[in-house]
Amino acid sequence: MVVQALKDQGVDVVFGYPGGAVLPIYDEIFQQNEIQHILVRHEQGAVHAAEGYARATGKPGVVLVTSGPGATNAVTGLTDALMDSIPIVVLTGQVPTFMIGNDAFQEADTVGITRPCTKHNWLVKDTEKLSATLHEAFHVATAGRPGPVLVDIPKDVQFASGTYQAPQKGGSRRYQPQVKGDLEAITELVAALETAKRPIFYTGGGVINSGPGASQLLRELVEATGFPITSTLMGLGAYPASGTHWLGMLGMHGLYEANMAMHGCDLMINIGARFDDRITGRVDAFSPNSKKVHIDIDPSSINKVIRVDIPIVGDVAHVLEDMLKIWKARGRKTNKEGLAKWWSQINEWRKVDCLKFEQKGKVIKPQYALKRLEELTKGHDRYICTEVGQHQMWAAQYLNFEDPNRWMTSGGLGTMGYGFPASIGVQMAHPDALVINVAGEASWLMNMQEMGTAMQFNLPVKQFILNNERLGMVRQWQELLHGERYSHSWSESLPDFVKLAEAFGCKGILCKDADDLDDAIMEMINYDGPVIFDCLVEKHENCFPMIPSGEPHNKMLLGEASTKDAIGSKGAVMV
Amino acid sequence: MSALQIKKGSTKHSAYNLRPNFSDVEERHTLAVIVDNEAGVLARVIGLFSGRGYNIESLTVAEIDHAGHLSRITIVTTGTPQVIEQIKAQLGRIVPVHEVHDLTVEGASVERELALFKVEGTGDKRVEALRLADIFRANVVDSTLSSFVFEITGAPEKIDAFAELMRPLGLLEVARTGVAALSRGGAA
Ligand SMILES: Cc1ncc(C[n+]2csc(CCOP(=O)(O)OP(=O)(O)O)c2C)c(N)n1
Ligand SMILES: [Mg+2]
Repeated sequence: MVVQALKDQGVDVVFGYPGGAVLPIYDEIFQQNEIQHILVRHEQGAVHAAEGYARATGKPGVVLVTSGPGATNAVTGLTDALMDSIPIVVLTGQVPTFMIGNDAFQEADTVGITRPCTKHNWLVKDTEKLSATLHEAFHVATAGRPGPVLVDIPKDVQFASGTYQAPQKGGSRRYQPQVKGDLEAITELVAALETAKRPIFYTGGGVINSGPGASQLLRELVEATGFPITSTLMGLGAYPASGTHWLGMLGMHGLYEANMAMHGCDLMINIGARFDDRITGRVDAFSPNSKKVHIDIDPSSINKVIRVDIPIVGDVAHVLEDMLKIWKARGRKTNKEGLAKWWSQINEWRKVDCLKFEQKGKVIKPQYALKRLEELTKGHDRYICTEVGQHQMWAAQYLNFEDPNRWMTSGGLGTMGYGFPASIGVQMAHPDALVINVAGEASWLMNMQEMGTAMQFNLPVKQFILNNERLGMVRQWQELLHGERYSHSWSESLPDFVKLAEAFGCKGILCKDADDLDDAIMEMINYDGPVIFDCLVEKHENCFPMIPSGEPHNKMLLGEASTKDAIGSKGAVMV
Repeated sequence: MSALQIKKGSTKHSAYNLRPNFSDVEERHTLAVIVDNEAGVLARVIGLFSGRGYNIESLTVAEIDHAGHLSRITIVTTGTPQVIEQIKAQLGRIVPVHEVHDLTVEGASVERELALFKVEGTGDKRVEALRLADIFRANVVDSTLSSFVFEITGAPEKIDAFAELMRPLGLLEVARTGVAALSRGGAA
C-alpha cells in the first residue's frame, strides 16, 4: 500500500535505510521495479540526499527509515529542510501500535521528537487511513511554503491490509494556502515602483520554490524596469549572474555593492526572502530610509523581523504576474532620471571590486580554486552543492549561477555534512549532469561514509574539497572576535584523501600547486566516476567582505588589504 | 501604508490583520483557535508558544463539534502588537488549525472562567467567607464542619478579587479552568 501511494504520487526514487520496523515496506519495495531505492550509509545522508533531489527537481524528495535510531538520525535533515523550506516526505517505521508507550526495542516518540522540525507529521494507527494520510503528506509538503513532513507507520499497520484510496486532485480541502496576492497591495507596489529613485529587488529562495515560471517572470520584470537585483544565498540562480542588473549576493558575506545598495535604497522589494539575520545585520540600522515591500507565501514571515510598508501574501509567480500586468497597463513607468543616478552610484560601489584577490606563488588561494572551477565548468550542465563554512561563502561569491535549481546549500541551518549526500540526491535526479560538491575538509568528513552510496549506485559526484586544514569559518571568527585564540579550530589527523578515495574504489586527486590546478580540475571533470579532489589551499585566508554580526550593512569589512577603501567610501552611503 | 488583509473565506486560515503601525507596549489578547480534534494538536500549539518564547496566561481546550471533529482552544497571551501578530500568523501555519480569531480586536467579546476554592475555617472567618461568597454569587458545592468548597464563575478579574478576599479567611486550594471566550452579537 505504501509503495502504491508513492507510485501514485509520481515518486521514482526513495533514499532509505532498512530496519526491523520497516521490513514490510522493504518487502514491498523488493517486489517491484518502478521505484528505485537508494541505500544510503546513514539516515542523515538519506534526508540530505532527498533535499538535494528536491532542490534540483522541484519535486518532493522521499526518505524511508526505521524506527528509533533511524528516525532520530533523520532529525538534522528534517530541521535543515524546515529552515530552507524544502519539500520532503519522510516515512518512518514505528513499533506496533500495541507496544507504543512501553519503551519497546527501538521505540522513540518520533512524532513528538519531530513535531518542531517538520511542517506537519502524522502517526498512522489505522491501515484504513494510511493511503489518504500519505497523499495528504505529499500535499502538505509541497503546498504553500514547502517543508518536510513525516509519516510514522507502526509495523502492525504496515502488515494489516486495508482499502487503498487513490490521491484526490488538488490535495485535501483542509490545507489550502493562499497563492494569489491582494490586488490592491500589488497596485500600491506598482505605484511605488513607478516613482522610486533608488529601488532594489531583494530576492530569495521563495522565487526558486515558486518554480521556473517565477524565475522567468522575475527576469522579465528586472529587464523591463531596469532595477538592480540582489539575492540571498538561497535565491542564487533565479536571476542569472551574467545579467547586467545583477549586483551579486547580499548579506554577511555578500558583495559590497549589493549591501550598500540595500542600505541606501529608497524602495526595497523583497520577493520570497525572509529578512534573515545574516541579511539584515543590525535590525534597527537596516536600510533606514527605504519603503519596504514584502512578497511571501507565508503570512508569518511578514513583519517578523522587519516591519514592512506593503505586505503581500501570495505565491511569487502569481504576484509577479499580476504585478507585471498592472505595471504594463499603467504605462510601464519608472523614474528614469532617478534610476540613472542610482546606477552611477552603484557603479561607483562596484569599482571597489570587493572580490579581488591576488594569486601569488604556488600556494592555491581558495578564491582562485573556485575561479578556475567556474571557468572550466561553466559550459557544462552543472549543479553545485556545498558544505558549510568559508568554502560555502566563496562558492556563492565566485561561482556564477545562471539558472534556478542548480545551487544546493544549507542556508538556514548551516549543516556541515549536507553537501555530499545532497550531491548524491542531485546526481540521482540528473544522472548525466556534472554534479560538484564544493566542500571544506571538516564538513566533508561529517558524512564521508556516503562515498559507499555513490560507488554502489555509480553516481559520479565530484567532491571538490578546499582543504585548509582548519575549521576555517570558526578560525576566522576566532581571529576577528576572540583575540586570535584558536580554540579547537584545527583539522588534526586528517586522512590522506587520495588513499581514502582508493579505499572506496573511486578516484582521488591531490592538488597543491596553483600551476597544476587547471589540469587537475580537468582530470576530475573527465573522470567517469566519483572523485575526491583534495585541493590544499592557503590555510589562513579569510572570507570577505564581511558584515560583523550586530553591525549594519555600511559597516562592512572588505578584507585585510582593502580596509582603507571601506572607510573611504563610507560617506558614499549617505546618498 | 496598508494593512495585510487575508480575506475571510479566501483561506481556511482566516482573519489576520497585520497592522503596520506597531507600538512597543505589551497588550493582553484573547485568541480563539479552531482546530481539528486530532492527536497532538494541543502539543503543536503549546510547542509553538514554548519554542518561540511567547507567553501563555491561560489556555483552555475542549471539543466543540463532535461530528466535525473540531475543538476550540482559547488562549490568553501577552505581547507587543508585533508579537501578537506573529503569534496569530504562526498559529495559522499549523496544518490542523482552521481559524484564528483575535477576540480582543474583532469587536466586543465576553470572557468567563470557572474556579473552585477550598476555604477552611471556623467561627467568624467561616461566617465571613460564606457572606462574601454570597456577594460574589459563588455556590457552596461541598461543606464540612470546618471547610467549604465554593464554585464561582465570572471574568478572570472577578475570580482574582475573590481569591484575594478568601486568602485571609483560610484559603487552602484553588482550581481554575482558564478562560472561555466568545464574541458578542449574532455573527460567529
Ligand atoms: C554540524 C555543524 N557543526 C558545527 C558547525 C559550526 N561550523 C560552521 S563552519 C565550521 C567549520 C567548517 O570547516 P570546513 O568544513 O573545513 O570549512 P572551511 O570553513 O574551512 O571552508 C563549523 C565548525 C556547523 N555549521 N555545523
Ligand atoms: Mg576547512
